[in-house]
Amino acid sequence: MAEAATVARRPAAVRLPVARIGSALGPGAALLYLCLIVGLPVAALADRAATSHFWAAVTSPQARSALQLTVEMSLATAAINVAAGVLIAWVLVRDDFPGKALLNGVIDLPFALPTIVAGLVLLSLYGPNSPVGVNVAQSRAAVLLALLFVTLPFVVRSVQPVLLALDAEVEEAGTCLGASGWQNFRMLVWPAIRAATLVGAGLAFARALGEFGSIVLISGNITFHTQVASVLISGQVESGDTSGAAAVSIVLLVLALVVLASLDLAVRRLGRRRG
Amino acid sequence: MGSRLLLRTGALGYLAVLLLGPVVMIAYRTFEHGVAPVWSALSTPTAEHAIYLSVLVTLISLPLNVVFGLVAGVAIARRRMPAGRSVNLLVNLPFAMSPVVIGLALFTLYGRGGWLGDWLSGHGIQVLFALPSLVLATTFVSLPFVVREVVPVLEEIGTDQEQAAATLGASAWTTFWRITLPALRWALAYGVVLTAARALGEFGAVSIVSGNIVGQTQTLPLLVEERFRNFDAVGAYSAGFALALISMFVVAAMTVLSRRKEH
Repeated sequence: MAEAATVARRPAAVRLPVARIGSALGPGAALLYLCLIVGLPVAALADRAATSHFWAAVTSPQARSALQLTVEMSLATAAINVAAGVLIAWVLVRDDFPGKALLNGVIDLPFALPTIVAGLVLLSLYGPNSPVGVNVAQSRAAVLLALLFVTLPFVVRSVQPVLLALDAEVEEAGTCLGASGWQNFRMLVWPAIRAATLVGAGLAFARALGEFGSIVLISGNITFHTQVASVLISGQVESGDTSGAAAVSIVLLVLALVVLASLDLAVRRLGRRRG
Repeated sequence: MGSRLLLRTGALGYLAVLLLGPVVMIAYRTFEHGVAPVWSALSTPTAEHAIYLSVLVTLISLPLNVVFGLVAGVAIARRRMPAGRSVNLLVNLPFAMSPVVIGLALFTLYGRGGWLGDWLSGHGIQVLFALPSLVLATTFVSLPFVVREVVPVLEEIGTDQEQAAATLGASAWTTFWRITLPALRWALAYGVVLTAARALGEFGAVSIVSGNIVGQTQTLPLLVEERFRNFDAVGAYSAGFALALISMFVVAAMTVLSRRKEH
């Protein structure tokens, strides 16, 4: 066996034809494309932010209020998603009821729905002419609602495969041994899905930081009240203040990158502790 | 059993309030006064142009990102990409950025006083508030989907079959077309669906760079916003429902393809 393994591995060092044409031309062209499409604009943005009065732009009352609201709303979104996402994932995996398969598919709808339509969809039920008498338009609740809508799939889709792989018999054994439902969850299920939940929540948080389309119509864009960072940036561009907009953008971008990087680190640490 | 019912009610209730209720409601609002007003709202010259533009931009960005996704995917999975870590960061950057920030980045590069803006406009090339900026913004936001689908599959299948083909004398092209691409087909199809959905529905980045000129740079999502702001509810809901309908097909395709992918 060991012999076969070494033999099988050896030719990997030989360059394959695919790799050979790809070896110079392909990666080079891909790298150039990546730099032109993504790298150059981002560098230009950073340059614009650096040459402006960065601190003044970022610490203006309006910018501070918008950034603070954005972070608070994103934290709330992540927290609610942890509870709702785990619950929905558990019900989709362990429970059975008519229409479950259809419901499972519908979970992805917020990922596929254009964000402006997500905002419109929410306005049609929770807007000024609400048929159920709930009008949240132009309030912070509207911002939260929009964020919860667009981030719904993250925790569900992250936790679901882990729960599927986790044997239901473990929970049944727990019940036989006299554990309550809550004890079962806390001691058997939660340790298994903890890392996946964290990943989902982190991705939802990062997405919420930058969300724009679903918020722009329903939030009413009220300064110091419902104006989040992305809507502020859009307004600044419209009024010609691209330097100010660039400064706020860089803060938003760095925040998202820090969140994603620490998420990566935390998951690796959690994985190591379990393994 | 009682607690199970409670949990089910909680989960379904949350989904009904947040997702199902609103989605059903938009269908109701759209067809409140029958099909005729919807049809006429979608067949005005402005709406027709917006549909045409959205499709056109998607048809340009999609092939670009598919070719890039395949080439970069092979290079990354086979460890032939120079500066692997920075490339990884760049590939994933569009997912970490707010669409508005992406739009602004293009705005600063191609706008007045930008690194390329002044030179290009000096040579009579208009990027901002014209088709090129729509394509650039759409390509930027939808760039990661294909690569991210393709890389894990390539890493999983390894190079055994490609080596066998090479040993048997197949050219690089033949190996790619007959070995690598067939193995990637479902992952690639999944990536294509996600890219197309994002390209058709992109709003934030496009709204910054397009100038939203009615009948010229107004895509379908921008039309939704403009109609809504001008109190044309039927117009906004009709265009929004058309986009929502596309999304439902996308979700159906995602469900089918993700099942195929697993085999």
